[in-house]
Amino acid sequence: MEVPILKQGRYLIATIQAALSDEDLLHLRRALLERVIQFRSRGVIVDVTALDVMDSFATRTLRDITYMIRLRGADTVIVGIQPEVAFAMVQLGLTLEGVATALDLEEGLAHLERRARSSS
Amino acid sequence: MVNKKPASVPQPPSTQSTELLRELVAHLSEHRTQLREEWASRITEAQLLTAMTKDEIFAEATSVYDNYVEALATGTLEALQSYSRNLSERIIPRGVETHEVVGIVLLLRDVLARSLFAKYQGDFTKLNRILDAYEPAANRIANTVAVGFVQERERVIRQQQEAIRELSTPVLQVRERLLILPIIGVIDPQRARQLTEQLLRGIRTNRAKVVVIDITGVAAMDATVANHLVQTVEASRLLGATVIVTGLSPEIALTIVNIGVDLGKMNTVGDLQGGIEQAERLLGYKVIPVEEATAAA
Amino acid sequence: MPDDIRVLIRSNLDIVTARQEGRTLAARTGFSATDVTLIATAISELARNIVSYAGQGEIVLRLAEGTNSRGVMIVSRDSGPGIRSVDDAMRDGYSTSGGLGLGLPGVRRLVDEFFIESVPGRGTTIRVTKWLR
Repeated sequence: MEVPILKQGRYLIATIQAALSDEDLLHLRRALLERVIQFRSRGVIVDVTALDVMDSFATRTLRDITYMIRLRGADTVIVGIQPEVAFAMVQLGLTLEGVATALDLEEGLAHLERRARSSS
Repeated sequence: MVNKKPASVPQPPSTQSTELLRELVAHLSEHRTQLREEWASRITEAQLLTAMTKDEIFAEATSVYDNYVEALATGTLEALQSYSRNLSERIIPRGVETHEVVGIVLLLRDVLARSLFAKYQGDFTKLNRILDAYEPAANRIANTVAVGFVQERERVIRQQQEAIRELSTPVLQVRERLLILPIIGVIDPQRARQLTEQLLRGIRTNRAKVVVIDITGVAAMDATVANHLVQTVEASRLLGATVIVTGLSPEIALTIVNIGVDLGKMNTVGDLQGGIEQAERLLGYKVIPVEEATAAA
Repeated sequence: MPDDIRVLIRSNLDIVTARQEGRTLAARTGFSATDVTLIATAISELARNIVSYAGQGEIVLRLAEGTNSRGVMIVSRDSGPGIRSVDDAMRDGYSTSGGLGLGLPGVRRLVDEFFIESVPGRGTTIRVTKWLR
């Protein structure tokens, strides 16, 4: 299942809509990076509200996405992690260190705006 | 724990004992009024069910008696089981104790056995045979009522424990986007987990951005629970909320350091007041002294 | 056991199937939303280990009946290279495939019971159980 990526001004929004296989996640990583370069985006939001499991692979891929996009000078924020999923993640020892998180899309956008203001 | 096995009195070994049980049931139905009254007065004498009035005792005694006879007659315990659950539900809140329930059932067994003695004392062989048929059935019934009571009591206790736990970890919204979680008392791993789940749900429903966890009221914390606290902080961040921990005693701070957590990564402030002030700064509020505020107005 | 749910793990696509089966079974057994997620996450990690270390294997899900509780048991089985030192593998931070090295100790934290048996060259069996509280 492919993840739709929406361009909204200087930002990209990727909304995950169902459980993803490893290939889907890797595809998302590649597609996001390509779009960031193509549109010279300033920030990326990955909405994971629909994910009911975030295992080590998903977490590692999201972290990689953030790091790779940072190398292009853009910020990434992961939004919509569910309470149960967050609970399971920390039990597993997956804390997404160095990755920005926000409650939902709205908060994610606010976070990117703040980042943009403080760096300009 | 609910017993899901189908309830039934052990099948009578022979038609002969079925015959005897039938005779027994006929006897108990015939002398219903007298035996029931005798039982009720024995209950009062023994000072059981003191929380209930005489009329109440008599009414319950009647129902138990009828259900008892029915259980003997039909060989099934379902009706009695559901009655005893129902009875327990009504009398537990009034403080009736387990020994009282066991006591009244044993008294009924005794009252009925005595009446059988009186009736068959002339025919010793028959008396023995009728007691052989009566005893196992009566024991089963006594057991059913007592177990029903204990199960109901355990259910009530569990429910109360849940309620107390909920009450003891309130997630308070003090202003928009700010939650406070004052933890008081002893935290065991189970409570720590419940607390985390409650907080995470609270963050989502209240759209909280900052959470102040105040542990001034927590005397001690072992490594397991300290780990839970750290995980709570991490999980909250994954949801997008910042956690400030206040009231960390030196002992607990040491425990956290000892389990290998870098306290520098945890946002800690000395006391609750300071924690709330920092939270407000994070939320973009400016804290100013009252005099200045009034002067500016 | 007739109620076993058996999921063959041959590629990463099967990981998604295994954890969805686990989610359904756990919810039907009466687990809370949080526990259902913990169980699905544990399955995901176990199945992932099969794919990354052994190539293929299976995940078996079954209802567990204890003396006074019920639960869900997850068995992960493969005939891969096995684990040379189980003790090392159970320590946080240990990994031989360039992963995060959090696999097994993490899984152990998600469940109530954890059992592992591994013979180098023969394969690995991991059995974990989560009980309803």
